[in-house]
Amino acid sequence: METVLGLFNFWAVVVLMMAGFYIVIAHENLIKKVVGLNVFQVAVFVFFISMSKVDGGTAPILGEQFSVYGNPLPHVLILTAIVVGIATTALGLAMIVRIRDSFDTIEDDELFALEEADG
Amino acid sequence: MGVVAFAIIRVRDLFAAVMLSGIFSLLAAVLYVDLGAVDVAFTEAAVGVGIATLLFVAAISLTTGKEKAPKKSRAMPLFVVIVTGMILLWGTLDMPHYGDPNAPANKHVVPRYLEQSGKEIGLPNVVTSVLASYRGYDTLGETFVIFTAGLDALVLLGRGRNRWRPGMRSNPKDEEREEEV
Repeated sequence: METVLGLFNFWAVVVLMMAGFYIVIAHENLIKKVVGLNVFQVAVFVFFISMSKVDGGTAPILGEQFSVYGNPLPHVLILTAIVVGIATTALGLAMIVRIRDSFDTIEDDELFALEEADG
Repeated sequence: MGVVAFAIIRVRDLFAAVMLSGIFSLLAAVLYVDLGAVDVAFTEAAVGVGIATLLFVAAISLTTGKEKAPKKSRAMPLFVVIVTGMILLWGTLDMPHYGDPNAPANKHVVPRYLEQSGKEIGLPNVVTSVLASYRGYDTLGETFVIFTAGLDALVLLGRGRNRWRPGMRSNPKDEEREEEV
């Protein structure tokens, strides 16, 4: 029982991560794939943040009345990761717009078919 | 959050999918507040919910709002996902438990940050101290990443409709070149 409660956060993260992974590999639409990538990313963020939680700890902002704090290091890493994530999303979407410009479709299988047809 | 994630899988209207992903990020932000990560929560709320949704909506308006119906069977991806999930679940079994103060991640440099950063940096918020001072190069690298991504996006999208772009179908110059060949 203790194991179930203690590891529940990781299991929730695995479920969310796999939902994102499924969207990325099972859907043909490129924008949907990027959405899936975002879901996957958020799952990783939740994973890190849930590791930084310490029982009875407050947010890591120093104050006289607190002595137990959460772990600030994962927070810093995830702050960086969120911003880098938005950069990759922006780049991916720019590429998708460009692909649509050139091939008039953003479905992966149709792109493959066009490539085959071109020889 | 799980419900929203599965709704994103099912829905075929891309606009709805994007809005659901915004809700997903917002729920994540609420969860971060609950876990004591307030800085992360407001970054997620501003960047993940605001800017990401804006970018997605812009991309949809430039492309298409509908996802086509699947043609192939999705059994294989589902199988891959379930196997990967099982491996990950197996991997969690020897992870430190939730909230454990003695977890290795909470033991290494973190006590020093918590005890010294108030004196060394002079800021009450430890996350800011670590971000801007102890890991300043990380943050510098991050700004380079954003700069490069922004530059690439501009190069890819270009300015003005008439500019020549290689491989563009509706491009007069490109058609001319094909005729020459």
